[in-house]
Amino acid sequence: MRQRLLGRFTLTDLSAWVIGVAIVAVALWGTVATLQSGAYSPTDWVSFFIFGLAQGGVYALIALGYTLVYGVLFMINFAHGEVFMSGTYIASYVANAFDHSGFMDRQPIIALLIVFAVAVVVSCTIAVLLERIAYRPLRRAPRLVPLITAIGASFFLQYAFARLFGSGMKRYPDVKVLSGSWQVGQLKILHMHAIMIIAAILMMVGLYWFVKKTKTGKAIRAVAEDKDVAALMGIDVDRVIVTTFIVGAALAAAAGVLFALYNKQVTHTMGFIPGLKAFTAAVLGGIGNIPGAMFGGLFLGIFESIGPSLFFSGLGVPSPSQLKDVIAFIMLVAVLIFRPTGLLGEVLARKKA
Amino acid sequence: MQNAVKASSKMGLIMGLVAVFVALAGIVEDFNQLQIIGGVIALGQAMILLINFAAGYVAVRGKARGGYLKAGLLGAGAGFFTVGVLALLVLLIDHVNIRPVFVNATETLVALLTFGRSFGVGILLLLAVGTILGAFGGMLSRLPPRIRAPLVAGFTGVLLFGVLQEIFTVLLSSLGLPKSFINFLFLRKGLSPVGALLVFVLFGGFVAARPVVRPWMNRRLETMHSGQRTTVRFVATMAGVVVLLFLPHLLKLYWTDVIDNVGLFILMGLGLNIVVGLAGLLDLGYVAFYAIGAYAVGTLTSPRSFSGAEWSFWPAWPVAFVIAALAGVLLGIPVLRMRGDYLAIVTLGFGEIIRVLALSDLLKPYFGGAQGILEISKPQIAGLTLLTSQHLYYLILAGCLVTVFISLRLKDSRLGRAWIAIREDEDVAQAMGINLVKYKLLAFAIGALFAGVSGAIFASKLSSIYPHSFNVIVSINVLCLIIVGGLASIPGVIVGALALVGLPEVLRFAAEYRYMVFGAAMVVMMLARPEGLWPAARRRRELRAEAETAGGGE
Repeated sequence: MRQRLLGRFTLTDLSAWVIGVAIVAVALWGTVATLQSGAYSPTDWVSFFIFGLAQGGVYALIALGYTLVYGVLFMINFAHGEVFMSGTYIASYVANAFDHSGFMDRQPIIALLIVFAVAVVVSCTIAVLLERIAYRPLRRAPRLVPLITAIGASFFLQYAFARLFGSGMKRYPDVKVLSGSWQVGQLKILHMHAIMIIAAILMMVGLYWFVKKTKTGKAIRAVAEDKDVAALMGIDVDRVIVTTFIVGAALAAAAGVLFALYNKQVTHTMGFIPGLKAFTAAVLGGIGNIPGAMFGGLFLGIFESIGPSLFFSGLGVPSPSQLKDVIAFIMLVAVLIFRPTGLLGEVLARKKA
Repeated sequence: MQNAVKASSKMGLIMGLVAVFVALAGIVEDFNQLQIIGGVIALGQAMILLINFAAGYVAVRGKARGGYLKAGLLGAGAGFFTVGVLALLVLLIDHVNIRPVFVNATETLVALLTFGRSFGVGILLLLAVGTILGAFGGMLSRLPPRIRAPLVAGFTGVLLFGVLQEIFTVLLSSLGLPKSFINFLFLRKGLSPVGALLVFVLFGGFVAARPVVRPWMNRRLETMHSGQRTTVRFVATMAGVVVLLFLPHLLKLYWTDVIDNVGLFILMGLGLNIVVGLAGLLDLGYVAFYAIGAYAVGTLTSPRSFSGAEWSFWPAWPVAFVIAALAGVLLGIPVLRMRGDYLAIVTLGFGEIIRVLALSDLLKPYFGGAQGILEISKPQIAGLTLLTSQHLYYLILAGCLVTVFISLRLKDSRLGRAWIAIREDEDVAQAMGINLVKYKLLAFAIGALFAGVSGAIFASKLSSIYPHSFNVIVSINVLCLIIVGGLASIPGVIVGALALVGLPEVLRFAAEYRYMVFGAAMVVMMLARPEGLWPAARRRRELRAEAETAGGGE
């Protein structure tokens, strides 16, 4: 009996550790080889870092949506990537219209604020509809059921957008104030990167304040703690859940516009991979944990931007940047195996994990 | 009364928005290429009418008591609101050019919605037709089931024959029916009006006769002694076998190819059914094993591959599915402790990793990057190469029969019951002495094996494979088909594959709507009919038991 127990213990744990050690070994070996070869200068690394930080800000903003919803409903809103996409997608029409009329050049700040507002309104509408139609009726269903609905909703939204608005790429205008860069020594910092980082940090601080200090934030935390008790305390649970979806959607929409202004284009599939990455970020910081999602997003962005060159170029892998998605997903798996509560490690009850 | 009116107008508005979405997504225009009844009605318009009808039906169902008049009025209200919203859309398109945003808001759409009449007349006509249909829908839901069922069956039959007209014409002519009969039934496009009437009467009559015929047949079966019953069963099975054997000859090349694809998805569906349906492990990276099976056969048999093996198909095939099963175990080990949502995302990540790796420059010397693997060999039997889909059909059929058999035997075995226990509650299952590691890995391995079998045939069928064939959407497709068919139900997988892989081939012009409809189907099935179209017997029993205990408690 004891031996069987031991046998069972070793098979899973041993294999997990073998995988872990192998990953770390490859990463270390690659790092040493890359640094020795000296293929990249320190300025290269700093610019990778800044790019990663900007990208990570976007991930963090999306990840907050996952984390907030997970906090109150214990479900992964699989369609959150599409919420991110939808607002930006519709806002592209407004942005292009402003660009054509010249309003964007004359009043860039007002124009951009309107674009952001449109994106936020659309994303929030989609999120509310999603919650009302696809999630609310299934709140008491077995856990697999809302997850399947969420996956279905995600693909429905993607392809419905492709059908309604055409499946081609939509251009995002080139905003003059946002293009350009500062030169610091040999380092070139794009204005857009700086704006992405600052905007993301501001929004995160705002959210933190909202959740910690306002009455609604308190209600969200109460519902996350225990829905039934929160209801007994006179909190309208349905309304709090909708609010949570709205807050998450607004952050995702803002992230989406930043993302699109940087990449200069939108498509109906643009939400899928960032959505997965942001989920990874949320898990990385410990899902349900708000500072965790912020940290996880930034960390993932940096890791993904530095990682391919750092780990792979020294090993002689051709075009390492192709493998950045692989790095992100391997990190997700590794975190889930070794530290399922996330790097910031808020202890979750087992039923939540 | 006031409540009923409010509810029916609300239903009408919701259905109206659905109709607007259907129109703006381009469904009306694209689906109108298919004539249901030649010269009378095409599929696109039929869908709008159906939405109207449904609005009336749903608005009245289970609502206020009352006679046909009241039901008709409520239905008419709902129908009116539905077309009202649609009419607003027509007005909008006519006055504002929304084409730059909504690409499908075309003149053709307006013409279709106004029945090709001039604008004012068209809109009035639209409103009138919608209201009348709503009223019919409302009254239909008041009719006793004895009358309602045959009517519904008749319309469904006409729709079915209209949609499947291409298959039916090929089938009928292969069966040697005279050309004049086919021309009597089908026009060049769509059913002939007389043919539609015939189909309607046939289907309606069949359903109307069922309450009489069914008990009679059951009585006959009961009075037979066991030997006779065996004979009846044997004859029925043999008839099925004969139909399956001659299907490629009846269906001709193109439709056999479609059936082949359906078969490949049945294979995958049966595999995923074990992982998701029985063991409850939501695997979204299932396409990885399909890809592994395909790439294994590709590298082993292609003369251009790095392995230089150049095997023939037969030895490569078993190797391919052993590799796939091993991959299932390997990818299963790290996710053993994960549940539900986490498992789903991680497996999705695995699927992406495999695809990205196959595409990357790193493995390009081995797997050809985006160019994939070419010149994969076809299976040969006794000097005959299985070249066409009609030949491969038999290989796929054999594969499907074997996997169906295995699935059937597994379902009620000790193994199958252990999986179901894990699905229902992992902790309790473990407490009952079920070795989670062993059974979960077995589920992953067998699931992966079936996918490997399918992938290997796929590779040699196309004789060239690319990473793009193994997109995440394939996983979603398989998941969707087992959900639509019914989780854990083996006939459900077959029904699901026919509906989700076969039907899009019939509606070729609608290929772009495929994934949108899949997504919507997953949501709708989970909301309205979580047990699927053809539920597993155990599941049905459970649901019935729940309903009974719930009823008893009142």
